[in-house]
Amino acid sequence: MDSLSPEALRDLELHANDVRVGIIRSLLAAGSGHAGGSLDMADIFTALYFHLMRHDPTNPELPDRDRLLLSCGHIAPVRYAAMACAGYFPVEELLTLRHFGTRLQGHPERVSLPGLETTSGPLGEGLAQGTGMALGAKMDGSDWRVYVVTSDGEHQCGLHWEAMMTAGKFKLDNLTCIVDRNVIQIDGSTEDVMPLEPFADKYRAFNWEVFECDGHDIAAFVDAVEKAKQVKGKPQVVIAHTVMGKGVSFMEGDYLWHGKPPKKDEAEQALRELSEARELIGAGR
Amino acid sequence: MASATSANAASAAMHLVDYADPGAIKQVPTRNGFGEGLIEAGRRDEHVIAICADLSESTRMEGFKKAFPTRYLEIGVAEQMLVAMAAGLAATGKVPFIASYAMFNPGRSWEQVRTTMALNQTNVKIAGAHAGVSVGPDGATHQAVEDVAIMRVIPKMTVVVPCDSVQTKRATLAVAAQWGPAYLRFARAESAVVTTEETPFELGVAQTFREGGDVAIVACGILVYNALIAADELAKDGIECRVVNNHTIKPMDEPAIVAAARDCGAVVTVEEHQVQGGMGSRVAEILAAQHPAPIEFIGVHDRFGQSGTPAELTEEYGMGVASIRAAVLRALGRKRARNGR
Repeated sequence: MDSLSPEALRDLELHANDVRVGIIRSLLAAGSGHAGGSLDMADIFTALYFHLMRHDPTNPELPDRDRLLLSCGHIAPVRYAAMACAGYFPVEELLTLRHFGTRLQGHPERVSLPGLETTSGPLGEGLAQGTGMALGAKMDGSDWRVYVVTSDGEHQCGLHWEAMMTAGKFKLDNLTCIVDRNVIQIDGSTEDVMPLEPFADKYRAFNWEVFECDGHDIAAFVDAVEKAKQVKGKPQVVIAHTVMGKGVSFMEGDYLWHGKPPKKDEAEQALRELSEARELIGAGR
Repeated sequence: MASATSANAASAAMHLVDYADPGAIKQVPTRNGFGEGLIEAGRRDEHVIAICADLSESTRMEGFKKAFPTRYLEIGVAEQMLVAMAAGLAATGKVPFIASYAMFNPGRSWEQVRTTMALNQTNVKIAGAHAGVSVGPDGATHQAVEDVAIMRVIPKMTVVVPCDSVQTKRATLAVAAQWGPAYLRFARAESAVVTTEETPFELGVAQTFREGGDVAIVACGILVYNALIAADELAKDGIECRVVNNHTIKPMDEPAIVAAARDCGAVVTVEEHQVQGGMGSRVAEILAAQHPAPIEFIGVHDRFGQSGTPAELTEEYGMGVASIRAAVLRALGRKRARNGR
């Protein structure tokens, strides 16, 4: 895969800005939900939906599509916003988030919205299901890939390690785990609540190939995933170092924004900041 | 005593073994039927795969492993992984059967079963081996007597407790052929084979194994045999019991349960499980809403299991033939008191 042209990169950054706007608008309309992690994964979901993945928004059941699993289902707003921007459904439907009768359930439900791949929210389950899908693809000789987006906090769940062990055993080189390494969970820093470091070494010890990048540098993330796809005989992890709440100044790095939405005035300020950021991107910085 | 004839007619219609003749009864563990059924299911459908959590011999998955080595996966002692990985495989069109002891799957993996199998609507089949106190010497840690309760409260689950090894084979094939998440429960110990290859079997359709109008014994699993023997003994005293093999706990055959209560006026439920939350509880829920009747509950009464032989434990927990007879008499007494006799 060719590296990103400056024009392509600028387009992706504009899409990521759109996704962040969608997150803020949907969370304001919902009145509850998780702002911090949703915002910090906007660049990565944009890279996946607008550049890296084989998929078709008009045919979510495309048999040979790459599978994207969101293990940490509480950051559903970023996935919904990215899907809407990519054309899976109208952007205005984002305003139904968490409302009665919506397809955009508080935590993602596969049977509710085409294209989700799994129902998620209970932490630590995504990689296990992704391992099953990757194994199924291998058994069938299919060439599609599995991407599993995980939070760092959910690495405290035992099941995730069962999945890491299993993926290593079956040499699932069609499986890439992406970690939102923002070092934050509900009760504070992951390193205070239950330390994960040395994090990369733990993956290596389970026979995974490890890549690390700045999770807000879209070009660096794309490069890491492209390298991961070249790995043979091993599953890969991309540890993306992120800042919770990225893109909204007063949310950045503050764990209190893990599980709450912006109020009206906060949302207005966030949208102003995103509008200013958009002009900078458009001006080529 | 025309009912003695009708009792035999019911048995004949179901093509049962002559269970009253000890010489005609074979003793085979229900898990053997699972092993045979799984191989046959694999022959019928190439999408059927098997995944085991380090218990391939005792769950009887080893036969499938030999027959279809490329469709068998071993993932070690990891029951949550067993369920969640199977859900992922099912998403690619496979029909995974996953096996461990019932105590660990679904005992340990309940939330994965609820989220990744049921809420997510994946076509995964749980084989719960070594259920009940009849596991024997291994003791309480390995004797699942709560598994039916935790499975039947999950929407969209099918829950099946077949009565013998022949029926377990049939049930295995039936859940393989029917789309949707399912829990199939079976046992370790040898137990009486009362059905034959000619005995009909359909998920969700309870079976009248013996006709009678005084009390209905609604049973499931390997205790169906005890229920039949108890009914035959009671018949010598002029008490005729209907014996219903209530193999599908969910969705339960509600018309058959209501008919049993209406025709007999009193019910005894028999299961190798806690009486709280199990098959008998579902019977009580149905009858409370549709046809209230006296019910006596045979099963484990809010206790854990312990080491012992299957026979010793069946007696200790009040699930033997004498206990069922006594429960029938209590139910009959309550019915007569209710009817003012």
